Amino acid sequence: MAETLAESAAPRPAAVGPAEARRPPMSVVGPVAWARASLFSSWWSTAITLALAYLLVRWAMGLVDWAFINAIWSVPVNDQGIAQTQACRALEGRGACWAVITEKYRFILFGTYPYDQHWRPLLCILLFIGLYIVSAMRRFWRKELALVWVATLVLIGVLMWGGILGMPYVPQERWGGLAITLILATFGIAFAFPLAVLVALGRRSRMPAIKTLCIVYVELIRGVPLISLLFMASVMFPLFLPEGMNIDKLLRAQVAIILFAAAYLAEVIRGGLQALSRGQYEAADALGLSYWQKTGFIILPQALRLVIPPLVNTFIGLFKDTSLVLIIGIFDLLTAGKTAVVEPAWQGFGVEVYVFVGLIYFIFCFAMSRYSQGLEVELNRHRVR
Amino acid sequence: MSDSAVDPRLLRPPPKRGMRLSWADERFRAIIWQVLIVGVVVGIVWWLVRNTQHNLEVRRIATGFGFLNREAGLPIGEHLIEYTPASTYARALLVGVLNTLKVAVIGIVLATILGTLIGIARLSKNWLLSRIAGAYIEAVRDVPLLLQLLFWYTIMQMLPAPRQSLNPVTGVFLSNRGLRLPWIQWQDAHSFALLGFVIGVIGAILYVRSARAKRMQDGQPRKVWPAVLGLVVVLPLVIWAGLGAPWQGDIPALRGFNFQGGFSVSPEYFALLAGLVTYTAAFIAEIVRAGIQAVPAGQWEAAEALGLSRSRVMRLIVLPQALRVIVPPMTSQYLNLAKNSSLAVAIGYQDIVSIANTTLNQTGQAIEGIAIIMAVYLCISLSISLFMNWYNARIALVER
Repeated sequence: MAETLAESAAPRPAAVGPAEARRPPMSVVGPVAWARASLFSSWWSTAITLALAYLLVRWAMGLVDWAFINAIWSVPVNDQGIAQTQACRALEGRGACWAVITEKYRFILFGTYPYDQHWRPLLCILLFIGLYIVSAMRRFWRKELALVWVATLVLIGVLMWGGILGMPYVPQERWGGLAITLILATFGIAFAFPLAVLVALGRRSRMPAIKTLCIVYVELIRGVPLISLLFMASVMFPLFLPEGMNIDKLLRAQVAIILFAAAYLAEVIRGGLQALSRGQYEAADALGLSYWQKTGFIILPQALRLVIPPLVNTFIGLFKDTSLVLIIGIFDLLTAGKTAVVEPAWQGFGVEVYVFVGLIYFIFCFAMSRYSQGLEVELNRHRVR
Repeated sequence: MSDSAVDPRLLRPPPKRGMRLSWADERFRAIIWQVLIVGVVVGIVWWLVRNTQHNLEVRRIATGFGFLNREAGLPIGEHLIEYTPASTYARALLVGVLNTLKVAVIGIVLATILGTLIGIARLSKNWLLSRIAGAYIEAVRDVPLLLQLLFWYTIMQMLPAPRQSLNPVTGVFLSNRGLRLPWIQWQDAHSFALLGFVIGVIGAILYVRSARAKRMQDGQPRKVWPAVLGLVVVLPLVIWAGLGAPWQGDIPALRGFNFQGGFSVSPEYFALLAGLVTYTAAFIAEIVRAGIQAVPAGQWEAAEALGLSRSRVMRLIVLPQALRVIVPPMTSQYLNLAKNSSLAVAIGYQDIVSIANTTLNQTGQAIEGIAIIMAVYLCISLSISLFMNWYNARIALVER
């Protein structure tokens, strides 16, 4: 120690070799310095930190008490098959009654689908998740992906309806739960996306009639709430069709969701078309490409790439908005959750069910949102200095 | 830029060509395409209208808005204007519109305040505060609003009955019948004082403007706060005192099974407002954060180098620039909040959607009912857009 001090005091000879690396003092780096800078930088900041820490600890302890320590995970069922929930009621809200989930999770996830056939909607859910994961990987972003989508969606239809390959037929009225939510969201996006591309192109078109049509469509849909479109699908749509022609409720709601999503997606895609520099359009024209060649080979690949992050955000919004079909009585995940606590034995345990259903929505949306953030960083890497 | 440098050949107008009736002519193709597409759209609409007319005849459903003058017979719990079940459908729908506006306007104001606070907290140097704000934003944005509304409503229903109601502060009662707050018994003196307050605010704005204009001329700073205080606070107080200073509290009290008196907030309204505000605030927080971050750090440093205090830097330099980034996405959040208020129907708050839905179930006139809902929301959306566009133009960067 004395040696180093003496050395640092005296002028160092040049031939000693590389200087010994020394750690910066503790007051600049390390956990203590970090805490001083980001938690206790001023008396005001210290007060906020202490108050928040106190509230956070109290809240977390309350949550652990409610969700784990005082919680009841299962209740006995009597010979009539009715759950005995007295133990849960005795808690009076001091603990969660997770028994409602362990008892009802198959109903919440699959609705009234025949019990012994539950593997079919489960397989559909897994297929959907696989489809999302494959679509999210950049190495699969090629034309064949569209074929994979078509094949998977057909396969899901076959699985849900059945009637062939020894699977009994299940009418659409008995579908329900998470599978319906995923069907509404995925088919919604799959059909809305091509429509949205056409509408966005139409809105930028130089043909006045087409441009007007597209503007009226987009602004009309964006000006009204989704509920009014769903009401329209459930009560007005049957009036539109000729007598004898009947479309089931799920399909009508699906059409409303497609029309709704297409208007919002069209605006996002139009943003991408506008952001593309004029030179790209002019260069394509100069090469003598036709309108559809120009659009398909030059404009869309670049414009869509520019708007992938906002597109994913629109997908998240759409995924959440499918829950609105509850209002017209379609049996999606949220409706199944709400119905699960209608039974007298389970009345009053809505909070537990909503927490469970909310977690499922959260997992899907959070994954998409993280993916969108990661993609944004990746796609903008060339701009970051 | 002198004219003589321009090649005269460039000034020649392009040759005018007549349109050829050939597929090779772009203008001809455009006309054919437009005729084709408009024809298809008109054809589909005509087909739908004809089907509808036929169906309405077969099912003997009346058309037209004649039902608006009939007696509605539907009870409405919350109404801002006089209403009884004996009133007409038109009045019932008007009550619904007012209920929608009541949620939307108050929701927008509260969501803006809460969202701005969370957005600033997200940018705080305090690690814990910014992390908590971030967790809140992420958690709230990734769960459907309808689920959150049902959650809030369930919690409201789980509150104790009025007899055992929570009483955090004297006079404030929270029970499964909603929230009761103390209020004053409204008298004419209060109305006049309110009028005086409005006049005072207008006078104060005019005074501040003229003082600023004078300051622009001679550069002398003027004290404006005494006059503003006098106009905004003292004037209404003097009016109130001059009219006898009436003051009679209206404290809610338990009578029988429910409360009497006080200012009442129904559980449906409370759940709807809480859900809408907390949900929209998370989106607004992200917009505010992005807006403030969009102002380059050099602007902060330059302003601090001029010797401005931190709050003045925020108010005079950063905020005006951030607002230009914030206002357009904020407009769409306000539109979303107004449209999302239609989810009230799921928890039984009687807004326009709920009342129009009951109306169309009672009268069977689905087309008129949905047309009314859509017309109301289009009007609300258009008003918000127009107001925000005006505001956006006002704060826009003045360029050459």
